[in-house]
Amino acid sequence: MPRDPKKKPLTVEQKRYTEMVRDLVPKPPYLRNALLAFLFGGLVAVVGQLVTDIYRLTMGLTAKEAGNPAVATMIFIGAILTGVGVFDKIARYAGMGLAVPVTGFANSVVSAALEFKREGLVYGVGSKMFILAGSVITFGVVTAFVIGLIYALFII
Amino acid sequence: MEWKMYLFAFLVGGAFALVGQLIFDLTNFSAGHILSGFTVAGGILGGLGLYPKLVELAGAGATMPIASFGNALVQGAISEAKRTGVIGVLTGMFELTSTGITAAIVFGFFVALIFDPKG
Repeated sequence: MPRDPKKKPLTVEQKRYTEMVRDLVPKPPYLRNALLAFLFGGLVAVVGQLVTDIYRLTMGLTAKEAGNPAVATMIFIGAILTGVGVFDKIARYAGMGLAVPVTGFANSVVSAALEFKREGLVYGVGSKMFILAGSVITFGVVTAFVIGLIYALFII
Repeated sequence: MEWKMYLFAFLVGGAFALVGQLIFDLTNFSAGHILSGFTVAGGILGGLGLYPKLVELAGAGATMPIASFGNALVQGAISEAKRTGVIGVLTGMFELTSTGITAAIVFGFFVALIFDPKG
């Protein structure tokens, strides 16, 4: 995190120490992480497309209508993988490749629900389920509200 | 089934993840910040009418990333606002996204009942 500028300036020793630590801490393998994220993100999308097409062809839905059950299916897969503990193992390699698609949304809900299970069904699972995913919903809804309002008042 | 759709799905879905990973590795933003940012960006692109075009091109490559959630909220709010006026922004907000939220709550609840935290 960036340093609070209001704090008193670093002494010479502290500065030297910070520089030493900065040089010693291993840098994340950017290229490898980026490539793995791209591959897994693409793979999740291909699976999602396959599921969408299966719904589209077997249930006679349009591509748009088939998107919703496909999203639900991917959330189901993400939730189960998190429950059995496989999600975290794959995510160690895939990074944002699993976090950016809806599977990551499912993972954040399920992992929070599991983590707070010992606090009970009501105050643990029930309330804390959205402790991570809640911010996505909040910011999404606030954005959509502002844009929708602009649309309704000035454009329609 | 079109193979082209799968290619674009892979490329676009991968590109979303790639951008997320680069922001994660190169800045101080946490995963929560990045996913919220993607949702807001998806909402804005949806409001500009660009995100639906991306969905037409890349299918699940655009509907699977979390940015799609922001877009779907905006599309729900706008389409209902077109039918019923300003109040439609409130009533239509979750029209398209209720699937995702309901699925996450229901599956999340039952998975938490059945499984125990690992480690």
